[in-house]
Amino acid sequence: MNSTRIKTPRAAFGKLLLNESRLAWRIPIGLGTGLGLPLLLLVIFGSIPALSQVSSDLGGFSYFALSFPILLDVTVLTLSIMLLPRSLIKYRETGILRRLSVTPVPPSWLLAAQIVINLAIVVVGIILLTAAGVTAFGLEPPKNILEFLLANGLTMASLFAVGLCIAAVVRSDAVAQGIGALLFFALMFFGGIWIPRPLMPAVLLNISNWTPLGSSVDAIQRAMQGLFPSPQSILVLTAYTLVLGYLAVRYFKWE
Amino acid sequence: MIKHSSTSVITVSHLKKTYGNVIADEDVSFVVNEGEIFGLLGPNGAGKTTTVECITGLRRPDGGTISVLGLDPQVDRDALHPVVGVQLQSSTFPDRLKVCEILDMYQSFYLNPANPEELAQALGLGEKLGSYYKTLSGGQKQRLAVALALIGQPKVAVLDEMTTGLDPQGRLDTWELIEKTRDRGTTVILVSHYMEEAERLCDRVALIDHGRIIALDTPYGLAEKVTGGKQVLFLPSQPFNDGLLTTLPEVKTVEHQGKRVKVVGSGQLVNAVILTLAKNGIEALDIQSEGATLEDAFVKLTGRHIHENKEV
Repeated sequence: MNSTRIKTPRAAFGKLLLNESRLAWRIPIGLGTGLGLPLLLLVIFGSIPALSQVSSDLGGFSYFALSFPILLDVTVLTLSIMLLPRSLIKYRETGILRRLSVTPVPPSWLLAAQIVINLAIVVVGIILLTAAGVTAFGLEPPKNILEFLLANGLTMASLFAVGLCIAAVVRSDAVAQGIGALLFFALMFFGGIWIPRPLMPAVLLNISNWTPLGSSVDAIQRAMQGLFPSPQSILVLTAYTLVLGYLAVRYFKWE
Repeated sequence: MIKHSSTSVITVSHLKKTYGNVIADEDVSFVVNEGEIFGLLGPNGAGKTTTVECITGLRRPDGGTISVLGLDPQVDRDALHPVVGVQLQSSTFPDRLKVCEILDMYQSFYLNPANPEELAQALGLGEKLGSYYKTLSGGQKQRLAVALALIGQPKVAVLDEMTTGLDPQGRLDTWELIEKTRDRGTTVILVSHYMEEAERLCDRVALIDHGRIIALDTPYGLAEKVTGGKQVLFLPSQPFNDGLLTTLPEVKTVEHQGKRVKVVGSGQLVNAVILTLAKNGIEALDIQSEGATLEDAFVKLTGRHIHENKEV
């Protein structure tokens, strides 16, 4: 009868974003764990003098300096693979996405609002950690800001793609929580939280280079020294972003 | 019954929907006219919810066609959703959002929204605007869901079990709001298993059972048609000739139960009986009048009560 497309008021996205920020503030699990945990680790690592000793075993770095990129990644990991999928799965489980799908606003807008909020918290976290490390614990500031931003941007993109993939295929919050925790520790291991990358045996280091966190830590580490991220790390992070992002979009279930 | 001359807003023809081996809708057809309140009544599992889910585009029918305001709910979702307000049976909202925040968000989705505060007032939620969703009672959550279905001032409102879990006052408030909404020109289709609700609100009802429409009429017409109408029971002041009453067009049968007389019929039955008796100098004492109800109709048609699965 009529094919006139009625436009959804643009203010709707703003309202979605506003309510999602209210929720992030009122249930501050993202702010608490995403910002609090790495800050706490930073304070602990930064306060132990031995960890700030430059060591030739560590390629001329201190353990503290080497762990800093991993702390940045703790923030990204917490929000991207632990919290984002859980929020989205809960929205699906409780019918919030379904209810939205019978309004003029597509449920994908809520997903977008969730991504924006979580990315914003990550950005705040990275700024806070870097500022605290440099001002309070004698961390060398990144020598090249653009490369530092590039390395962190690629990290966020790839890890958010991992999180969206979890949200796409996992049906229950409890399962997502388990998968998130498992991935968190596995990725942290390859990122070098227990064995710093310079101390990893060649085989392990090679595997590490193909994981998002290994590549991310490598890229951030190089950016801190003013070096451009290695082509391999750029390639790995971009590939994770594109492949997992595609899978997430392809298989995302709204109901 | 509403005449065919009215414009049809929703047309469902030969709708079929199955989930695996379970048949939800076998063959459902009906037309909802502009400005009417149309009820889909039936026991749990009859196929009511599946029908409205197909109407709102949430589910794809396996067979048959649906047209809502001339649109195909599967193809024209973008055009449909701005003009159709929906209340789903099992939707929730984030616990830590306030009622006013949820209303404000939903009103921003529509081009010409209702005033959220007035809507909340009408539904008795005025005091709760500043409360978190999680502090609401079940009935209050239900009323919020109804408010969100109406906030876009839709041309069609689809309400699935809108008064389930409401206290009597909440039910009355909601019914009043739905009537007002209809008076403003909204066509309403509501799913219910409360016969009382359908009798009070609906212009027409479709009784649905095992995925088929088993009867469709006005609530009154349906009850009367199916159960043979209403009855009046009285104690005559003196004996009289049955012929006095049986000749009346309203009267179907006259039956003596001891000293009492039971008359079954339709239309203005009570008036006709009392007036006729009075004209003949007979007084009808201790009059008891009963109209047939939709519930009676349902029992008669299906052999079951609508709420229980017990056999009659």
